[in-house]
Order: sequence, then C-alpha cells, then structure tokens
Amino acid sequence: MTEAAELRLRVSEFLAAHPPADTERGAFLSARYDAGLAWVHYPAGLGGLGAARSLQAVVDAELEAAGAPDNDPRRIGIGLGMAAPTILAYGTEEQKRRFLRPLWTGEEVWCQLFSEPGAGSDLAALGTRAVRDGADGDWIVNGQKVWTSSAHLARWAILIARTDPDAPKHHGITYFLCDMTDPGVEVRPLRQITGEAEFNEVFLTGVRIPDDRRLGPVGEGWKVARTTLMNERVSIGGMRLPREGGMIGPVARTWRDRPELRTHELHQRLLTLWVQAEVARLTGERLRQQLAVGQPGPEGSGMKLGFARLNQEISGLEVELRGGEGLLYDDWTMRRPELVDFTGRDAGYRYLRSKGNSIEGGTSEVLLNIVAERVLALPPEPRNDKDVPWKDLAR
Amino acid sequence: MSTQPDLLYSEAEDDLRAAVRSLVTDRSDHTAVLDRAESGTPYDDGLWQSLAAGIGAAGLLVPEEFGGQGAGHREAAVVLEELGRTVTPAPYLTGSVIATETLLALAGAHTGADGGGDGGGDGEAAGLLKELAAGRTVAVLVLPLSASAGAGLPTGPTVTGVADAAAADVLLVLRADGLYAVRRGEATVEPLTPLDLTRPLAAVTTAEGSGTRLSAADQARFAVRRGLLAGAGLLASEQLGVAEWCLEETVRYTRDRYQFNRPVGSFQALKHRMAQLWLDVAGARAAARNAADALASRSTEVPLAVSVAQAHCSRVAVRAAEECVQLHAGIGMTWEHPAHLYLKRAKADEIALGTPGHHKEVLAELVSLPGPL
Repeated sequence: MTEAAELRLRVSEFLAAHPPADTERGAFLSARYDAGLAWVHYPAGLGGLGAARSLQAVVDAELEAAGAPDNDPRRIGIGLGMAAPTILAYGTEEQKRRFLRPLWTGEEVWCQLFSEPGAGSDLAALGTRAVRDGADGDWIVNGQKVWTSSAHLARWAILIARTDPDAPKHHGITYFLCDMTDPGVEVRPLRQITGEAEFNEVFLTGVRIPDDRRLGPVGEGWKVARTTLMNERVSIGGMRLPREGGMIGPVARTWRDRPELRTHELHQRLLTLWVQAEVARLTGERLRQQLAVGQPGPEGSGMKLGFARLNQEISGLEVELRGGEGLLYDDWTMRRPELVDFTGRDAGYRYLRSKGNSIEGGTSEVLLNIVAERVLALPPEPRNDKDVPWKDLAR
Repeated sequence: MSTQPDLLYSEAEDDLRAAVRSLVTDRSDHTAVLDRAESGTPYDDGLWQSLAAGIGAAGLLVPEEFGGQGAGHREAAVVLEELGRTVTPAPYLTGSVIATETLLALAGAHTGADGGGDGGGDGEAAGLLKELAAGRTVAVLVLPLSASAGAGLPTGPTVTGVADAAAADVLLVLRADGLYAVRRGEATVEPLTPLDLTRPLAAVTTAEGSGTRLSAADQARFAVRRGLLAGAGLLASEQLGVAEWCLEETVRYTRDRYQFNRPVGSFQALKHRMAQLWLDVAGARAAARNAADALASRSTEVPLAVSVAQAHCSRVAVRAAEECVQLHAGIGMTWEHPAHLYLKRAKADEIALGTPGHHKEVLAELVSLPGPL
C-alpha cells in the first residue's frame, strides 16, 4: 500500500470512530489531533505522524469530503503559521505537549508580540525589557508592542524581549511565551487609516513570566525569532489564486459591468496591470511547483513585493475608474474585525488597506535589500549597528 | 500667447500666504481637523469667517465694483496652497472659486468679448456675488465634485457627490432652462460618506422651479464651465500644497527616525525617492502657477494651462501622499497620524474636476496630438 492509501485508510477508520455528524466540534478536533491527523508532518504524539508535509492534502481532502469541521485556520493563523513551527523547533517536550494541542484545535488563540514603536524594520533593536527576579526567579517584562493582530482574542503570545542591554542587539534577546491574561498586559485597539482596528497596541507592565515559558536559550531569542519570521513571509505571499483571483478580480468585473466608466487611458493601464497580475500568479504557481519537487527558488522573497505593489496600483486604478463613486467610502465606523479580507468591501477600502501590504511583515524596502543581498549576493549595506552594545545604539 | 507667464510669487502674495498660514496654523491643526471630521461637523465657522471676511479671501476673485478685493486667481491659488497644506475643510475651492467664478461670468464682470450676457438675472447674480465676496454667504454649484468643464453636466432634480453643500447657504442648480439660486432651506441635502473626510459630499435634491433663476440655459452652461475650469486650474495649487506638506513631513520624519543605528533618511534608496518627489513638486509648482497666472490674465491658453496643471499635479499629490504613508511606514498607517488625511484628499482630488486621464484627452485635442484612428 502506498503512503497515501495507508493514510486514507487511517482517515476512514478515524471517521468511523468519530462520525462528524454526531461528534461535537471541539471533541472532533481534539480526537483528530490525538490521531495524528492534525498536521501529519509533525511528530507522533504532537498531532502528527512524522509523515511528509505534502500528505496533509490527502487528509484534508478526505475529511472535507466527509463534512468534518475544520479548525478555522484563518482565525488562528498566527498560532498555526508562526507560533507552532517555532515551538516545535525550540520548545521543550513539556512546552510542546502543553501548547500545541489547544493551539491547533483553536481552543487557545495566539498573537505575536514582536514589533515596537521604535523597532519596526529594525526589529532586533527592540527595547521591551525582561529582567530576572533573582537568579532562578520569574522574568519581569516591561515595554510596548504594536501592530499585534488578535491580541484582544489571544490567550497566549510569542514575545521577544531584551534580556541583555550590554550585548550587541542580536545577542541580547530572549524569546518567551507570554500569558495574555496576566494582569500586567493591557491591549488597546490601534485604529488604522481604513477606520477599523485590525491591530492592537499591547502595553506590558511588570508582566511576570516563569522561566519554564522561555523558548530557547537566554540571549538566543533572535535566532528563535527568525524561524517565526520566515514562516510569516511564507504565509503572506503564498496563497494559491485562480486567474483574476486577487485584487485584479473586482476591477476586472467593474470594467466588464460598467462600460460607461471606460476610457482609453484606463484601458491600457488596466491591461498592463492585468498582465502583471497574471504573471505574478504564474510566478507563485511556479514557485509552488519548485517547492513540491524539493527545489525551493529564491522567487519566494519577491512574491510579497510584487503582491504589495500590484494590490496598491490596481486598487488605486479602481478608485479612479469609479470616478464620482470613487469619492465615496463605505463606512468609517471603528470596528475590530476578526478576519481581514484585502479584497473585501469597496474600492476605497481596498485602496487604503493595500497601503499596508508594503509595510506589514517586512517593508518592501527591507525585502528589496534581502533580494539584493541574499539572492543577488550584492555587497551588503555598510553596517555600524551589529557589534555595538544595544544600549549604545542611536535612537 | 507671446508674453511669458509670471510663475513667481509677488510680495503681496507672500503676505497673503503668511496671513493664511498663521490663521490655519492656529485654528486648523490635524487633531482639530480629524476631531471635527469625525463629529460630522468638519467646518470651523470661526476659521471661515476669519479667512473669508477677515483676510478677505472670499472676495479675491471679485472686482471691487462687486464688493471684492479686485485681486485674482494668483492670490486665490496661494490661499488654496495653504488650505491644501493643512487639509482644512472650508468651502473655498467650491464657493470662493467655482461658484464665484460662475457668478462672475453671469454678472458680466471681466467677460470681455468671450461671453456674458443678455441680462435675465445679472442683477441677482451681482447681488449674490457681493454677498459671497464679503464672506456673508457661501454658495456652491450643485454638480458632482467629479464634474469637469469638458464633460456632460447633470441637470436632474437630484445630484450626488456635491462638495461642501453642507456649508452652503445658497445652492446654484443647473437646470435645462438655466441656472437657479436655491436657498439651502428649500433643498434636501443628504450627507454621503466621503473617502476624503475633509471635504464633505452630499446628495442634493431641489424641486423643479424652486429658487430664483439667475440666467438662461446657454449662458448658464457657459458660466458653469468657466467656473469649473477655474476650479480645476486652482485645484492644482491645492494639490501642490498637499504634495508639499507630504514631502516636508516625510523629510522631517526620516531625518528623526532611527533604525539600524542611523536616520532612515540616510539610506540612499529613500533619499532618492524624496529627491525625485522634490523634482515632481517643483514641476507641480510651475504648472500650478502657470494655470493661476493664465486664469488671472484671461489668457487664451487657459484650457491648456489648466489641463497641463491637472494632468501633472493630480499625480504628484497622490504620489507624494502615498510615499508619505510608505516612508512613515507603520505610524503612517494609523488613524492618529495625519498622513491618511492627505492620502484621502490627494486621491479624491485626483478625481475632482476631471481625472488626469480626462485632462490628457483635452490636451490631445488642444495640442493636436490625436489618438490612433
């Protein structure tokens, strides 16, 4: 029997024991985790079977066909995409057992406490301090984090904080798992230019974190964080799209439905963007095919760049195309949406929201440097910040 | 035209700028603008009174015989630069430029041989003009903000996307048989949710036959087009002000913001972007001054100067605002930081009074560069 066939059999046995129609959602998801069918590439006992990552698709297809509930992956994207791979890579056995199961089932939502007002592109310069209360005591954390999605829903956070201000910035950071229900954690919505608050500011005042919730060694938090960040960029640029599946879709529909809005000038610009969107889609598809045969290409670093620029230009064109209607906005009411759909709502929202695409998860400027230096192997920018004690950096 | 346009600022224009800047700096800081916009009452009446009547900005386009300052478009352009720099919500472009220019055309002032007219309401128009010039009354044209001099104009009982109707005492309504002045109390003004929070839009409905007829149909269309043309020309100065603020603020921020142990503005990739923007803004200033000067001197080049200014300045303002958000990065995406007010104003201004694409089409004809057959 092939591995896939074996897996199908395993899924059908699981479904027989836990018929989705008769099993409560939470119980079903927990049982799925315990059966190793949550993420098959994770080790046995932690929701997986130690199988190839590509086999997850087999499991998902079988379960979907059987009408099984899923774990609402968009709601818990930070946990699944960023916290989980980092905990798996650096966690103690106890941490993995404690955190991965409720993370995967969605029982516990996670958020990410990385960016700070003074540490955006230069994340490693972060200034949130964690000081140990005695040689074997808890860590006491003080500082401010920003651009935290889901902070108001989260039970846990992945947190990086400065533990050694005398060391150069990359060496004095430690990675923690922070309890968002700690009394020292204050979450405030951060309203953005769209009028809504997708993100939060998080103020940490005397937050107490036991040492057994440190992830990885003291002072090596930057290395741990790189695992998290690599996974973030993969998840931002990596969605599979049908033709006209992204931001080009709504404007193409408007163009077809509203002949009275068409002009020659906009026509040429639309077609240029349409071609670019199609090429970006094909580039992504080619990247996925490379990954599938085990030859990851450097194009991955460029995907988010292209996606940001295209989203901005296309939505900008759409506002212009709509003319008088483009002067209107759907709603400025301050809300805290749980899910964000870049192509949702009206053209004005798409235009404003897409401005964030070249900032969030690494600015386009930083990503271009990464392409230039890591892909093209161009000489790096002269740096004077790497060997200086963090406390002596200009800010 | 054989004479060269004057593209500089006169001493009197500099003085006017200083007076307006001091007023808006005092009364129109970003927090106040945002707070008022959010409360649904974006206009500051006191500021308007000081600007319109105190400084006399409302009457800049109006000859002294109609109670105005007898200045001109160059001066009004300076006022708009300052209002653009602060994204101040005020019915200046709509009232003191577009509506005023329309009434001037009707009142026969300075129309020379190119139009004006055969009575039918000159007296009414002149009376209203005096009210406007003194800053006692605000009038706006009931046309979509996106309307342009070179395109069709709606005449239905309801017109949507009308800018500053909420600030107007009198609505100038274009109907099939002429232009009417309708008191706001006689009209229905229904606020819309605008992309640009600092320039309120409304759907305006007036009953057929309501108000006072100011002119016959042909004359009305001529006058309205003249108003829209002047509006488009001076909008370029507002866009210049928007772009200037965005560039200055971005330069200031990137000088002060440290990442990687250095000011982010010291990175060449960013410096070059701001330097390029400066070049574009310098061009925008020349184009905006040229449009204002052409309007002021009633040059035959007005349509060309206006369309050049619009085709260029619209894009420069949008790009400056987009770069402002991007180079501020995170903080530029927040509601608290004023960058979004400029982005929204710039994007709305791009559509206002004809898109750059529309103005390029106008130019294609004016300079004999027709499209393919």
